Amino acid sequence: MSLGVKTRRVLNRLLQAVPTIFGILVVCFLLTRALPGDPAAYFAGDMADEASIEQVRENLGLNQSTPIQFINYVSDLAHGDLGVAISTGQTVTQELAKRLPASLELTLAALLLSLVIAIPLGVLAATRPNTWVDHLCRFLVTAGVSLPTFFTGLALLYVFYYLLGWAPPPIGRLDMMFLPPETVTGFYTIDSLIAGDWTLFKASLAQMTLPVITLALFTLAPIARMTRAAMLQTLSSDYVRTARAAGLSGRRVLVTYAFRNALLPVVTTLGMVFSFVLGANVLVEKVFAWPGIGSFAVEALVVSDYAAVQGFVLSMALLFVSLNLLIDLAYTLIDPRVAEEE
Amino acid sequence: MNRRNFLKGATTLSVGASLLPLTQLLPRVAQAATNETAVVVFGGTINSLDIHRSGTNRDSYQVAINCYDRLVSFGTKKMPDGSLSYDYDNVQPEMAESWKISENGTVMTFKIREGASFWDGKPVTAHDVKWSLDRAVSVGGFPTVQMRAGRLESPDQFKALDDRTIQITLPFPSKLALPDLATPIPIIINSEVAKANATPDDPWATEYLHRNPAGSGAFKVSQWNAGEQLVYERNDDWACGPQPGYQRVILREVPAQSTRRALIERGSVTASQNIPNKDAKELAEKDGVKVITTPIENCIYSLCTNLDFEPFKDKRVRQAIAWSIPYEEIFEQAAYGQGMPMWGGSNEVTSIAWPQKSPYEQNLDKARELLAQTDYKDGFEVPLSFNLSVADWAEPTALLIQQGLAQIGITATIEKIPGANWRTVALVEKKLPLHLENFGGWLNTPDYYFFWAYIKGNLFNSYNYDNPEMTGLIEKTLDMPVDDPAYAPNVTRMIELAFDDIPRIPLWQPTLNVAFKEGVEGYEYWFHRQMDIRPLKPA
Repeated sequence: MSLGVKTRRVLNRLLQAVPTIFGILVVCFLLTRALPGDPAAYFAGDMADEASIEQVRENLGLNQSTPIQFINYVSDLAHGDLGVAISTGQTVTQELAKRLPASLELTLAALLLSLVIAIPLGVLAATRPNTWVDHLCRFLVTAGVSLPTFFTGLALLYVFYYLLGWAPPPIGRLDMMFLPPETVTGFYTIDSLIAGDWTLFKASLAQMTLPVITLALFTLAPIARMTRAAMLQTLSSDYVRTARAAGLSGRRVLVTYAFRNALLPVVTTLGMVFSFVLGANVLVEKVFAWPGIGSFAVEALVVSDYAAVQGFVLSMALLFVSLNLLIDLAYTLIDPRVAEEE
Repeated sequence: MNRRNFLKGATTLSVGASLLPLTQLLPRVAQAATNETAVVVFGGTINSLDIHRSGTNRDSYQVAINCYDRLVSFGTKKMPDGSLSYDYDNVQPEMAESWKISENGTVMTFKIREGASFWDGKPVTAHDVKWSLDRAVSVGGFPTVQMRAGRLESPDQFKALDDRTIQITLPFPSKLALPDLATPIPIIINSEVAKANATPDDPWATEYLHRNPAGSGAFKVSQWNAGEQLVYERNDDWACGPQPGYQRVILREVPAQSTRRALIERGSVTASQNIPNKDAKELAEKDGVKVITTPIENCIYSLCTNLDFEPFKDKRVRQAIAWSIPYEEIFEQAAYGQGMPMWGGSNEVTSIAWPQKSPYEQNLDKARELLAQTDYKDGFEVPLSFNLSVADWAEPTALLIQQGLAQIGITATIEKIPGANWRTVALVEKKLPLHLENFGGWLNTPDYYFFWAYIKGNLFNSYNYDNPEMTGLIEKTLDMPVDDPAYAPNVTRMIELAFDDIPRIPLWQPTLNVAFKEGVEGYEYWFHRQMDIRPLKPA
């Protein structure tokens, strides 16, 4: 029956997301309309006069009343049409399909990198408080939270590209000599592997290195910090003491009893880190000319490009709803009690 | 902690680190920019391949230049510093091999170049030209406004006499008509391809041409990823000019200015378009980088005083402000000394060159004296606005103006307006009391500049200046040939009025700076401020 319970839980969580997403749609729609600036005047171009601005307004459907605009927007959405981003001249769907994978590839790689560094570091720091590992952990955590990402990005660029010439030119996802691989997942590294093209894989990995390190430095801090704290707590708990008293091996106690229980808060932190690293992406994407979703959204906001902003917010909302769902599911895997709570 | 545990930890760490292909980075990949391929980086984004589409931004205009031909173009002239610039006074054949203008100046007949063909091999005919010109005057928005400047307003004015002859009829003779045909707007489109892709809702095929250029120009677009890059491929059959020096030109969007600078300094790219003054100044001193700086024609960065607001209705208040500005400091700190000073000229207008120096300079005594004669001798408060998207020069300028004004008792509060909002409040609604503006017209005659900026209601008169004498002069002069005996006196009077009434206080004439890797030749400045890649070649 446990599968039935789990499925019900998942469906329940999905249903709960529906009003959330609708609410986001309404709020975002109203907020974009409240942005300063008249997109028609902006997009009508350099020398546009009154009449041509009016014409652009009509083309964009902005001459209608706000409720009608909203109804049009929702009905277009129902047909899967997110509109055209005037700032880039592409449909929002195309832009998202191209840019979301670019950002996710960066973000996920950075998270992966910071996980493999931060979790062992946090565990070590907790098991050996006040040793040099602990100090190293504290140093990295402090550096990670106090260095703004664009600064780290620029500094790495300066050293590894400008001075040493080790890193490739920071001009986006691929050096100019290469053509992108055929799109399967939209992740260049994975797609080039699918295509069996090693050179391309290496090239895209090379382009990712500096931005990924930049982001990983940023995400490392909260994860290491949380791992350390959670480990300290579980290590001092009764069940760990009991396990030790029962003569279980140190390794077994550490991994099965302490670490597994410490993972829950770490997973929670991970969810939060993921959301703010997508935000931090914006600046990193700018520095490394990464054609991701962050720079797209900022550009769209600056010029009041309604369709683009709405499409961005909607996709982010969907992303976070599914992320939360995933985290909930991860809880049940880590701690079976969570599944039985109902 | 014991040694074994430490080693275990260290292994985990090093596994993490080895996920990064640091070794792959060590042998640097070959330079992408070669003699065959040029790589140009810029900070904007190309949002359409069709200059006539509504919403097409300035960065996209270059596609019109590099991929399409016009009937005529401008020649090239050498600037005093040896750099090249387009030559407004020298209209040259492009798709038209010759033309005749009737005695009364209203009928222009162009003969199309023999053997010119579109990329798909179809010969260019007068019918294509007719269709393209019809499109430019009919789609509305910026193209239509620009065509109107040359007195080209309706499809009735264009007639294809035969396959190789196109006739344009003007309502009255105008010196603006021929140069207007050389702007990026009246491009010649392959009308058969366009018509095949037109729909009843979209008779001008704007959706198709937005993504698929159909021209006869020097370059074709082989790849366009909006937000990332555009790749030009040379058209080896180009009939309208000498073969371009590069087989392929890659145009990469790199939003961060500091990244663009690192790229050009390292020599990873061929050119960086439109770099800030500070970089221009510093890069010019580096080896391996060549910076070409050209004053932007008839563009003036100015402080504008809106005559709809009470204090500025009084001419003496406007003049007092003009005498209070620390021009020198602004030029040093905001422009980094790049450009042409537009202050401290003589008291009398002796030339009709435009732009020219105003008679003002910083003279606080004169400013105070003038202000004391008005109702505002105790000063007043006023917001000083600028457009955030040009903050690189506008912000330091605004701060220095604020200091200058404070010395004569005027309190200015600085107001930054986001780019999207700027057009609406500054140019369309014209409701900013005191603001920084920059306007440069595409057609390079003083009267054309005055038309846009000094007639009430016109777009760049963001300060509601209205003087019947000025309006009358402009209307009389706008279409008049420059060798007409009345032309020079009329323009002189316009300039006198502009300086005396001073609704727009000139600060300096900005420059367009482009950085090149050493060994690139042929760069030519154009008024549309976009890179014409056709004449570029490796040395």
